Amino acid sequence: MITGKILYKRPKTLKDVNMSYCPGCSHSLMNKILCEIIDEFDIQKKTVVIAPVGCAVLLYDYIDCDSVEAAHGRAPAIATGIKRVNPDNIVISYQGDGDLLSIGMAETIHTANRGENITVVFMNNAVYGMTGGQMAPTTLVGQITKTTPSGRNPENEGYPIRACELINTLEAPYFIARCKVTNSKSIMQTKKILKKAIGYQINKKGYSFIEILSNCPTNWGMKPKDSNKWIQEVMSKYYPVKIFRDKGEA
Amino acid sequence: MNKKNNPVINTDKCKGCELCVSECPVEIIAISDEINIMGYHPAYITDSTKCTGCIKCAISCPDAVITVYREE
Repeated sequence: MITGKILYKRPKTLKDVNMSYCPGCSHSLMNKILCEIIDEFDIQKKTVVIAPVGCAVLLYDYIDCDSVEAAHGRAPAIATGIKRVNPDNIVISYQGDGDLLSIGMAETIHTANRGENITVVFMNNAVYGMTGGQMAPTTLVGQITKTTPSGRNPENEGYPIRACELINTLEAPYFIARCKVTNSKSIMQTKKILKKAIGYQINKKGYSFIEILSNCPTNWGMKPKDSNKWIQEVMSKYYPVKIFRDKGEA
Repeated sequence: MNKKNNPVINTDKCKGCELCVSECPVEIIAISDEINIMGYHPAYITDSTKCTGCIKCAISCPDAVITVYREE
């Protein structure tokens, strides 16, 4: 039996189960960070997490708090309903790129435009993960996927959508940021930003949108370490990592 | 006097993604040749006496299988 002061342990809200994500996936990392933040604010009993359709579809099996599984892309609409009925609940919508930007574009934009007091966590991994690596709205120009075998061609498939810039054109959102989780330093920074966003929601400030540049080692055909390097070198060139809007505590 | 740190990896749940291996500043994490219950090669600690307790491995572990203790 090992004893002593614990410097780091698994967060309490993260259930003691094996997550079905692939080795090295950013989804599992973000689930862990979300649980750490829920533990730090001690809001486990009043948090409602909206699970998307995509790789994170089994989110409710991993996070030990109330959750709803939304129809494809409708997570912000369900989050709106829950928040309006129970304004004291902390509502977090957790979505991927196919869910949030493809089928759920209308819900995403209108929820942001109404400035609902929710937090949206957007996992951008530039590919449809669960269905086997097809092109997503955020797939980079020239990136090879199952449905763009010779690389994404803008003349045929259009250009990748920058979600933060799009949301940033609206008046209502309170906090918009893009982060990455490629090494321990950037993970700590991302956690700080996400904690700030959830803090704004607790203080009833308004809509916050956090985009996370995440990896997909399986569908990109890379080792987890190389996929993180690819985010640093290629993906963050097109999707700049920064805070787009922060209206502050005032 | 330096306090002794003790990183513990739950090898049954480790998926062997090697992200902790590249994070460790003193390079004491390696990938085992053995296969765990899920069929992955798990990470293991080669020399825990060198651990500085920086918890970078635990922060970067996606599956939260690393716990770091410090002797009191």
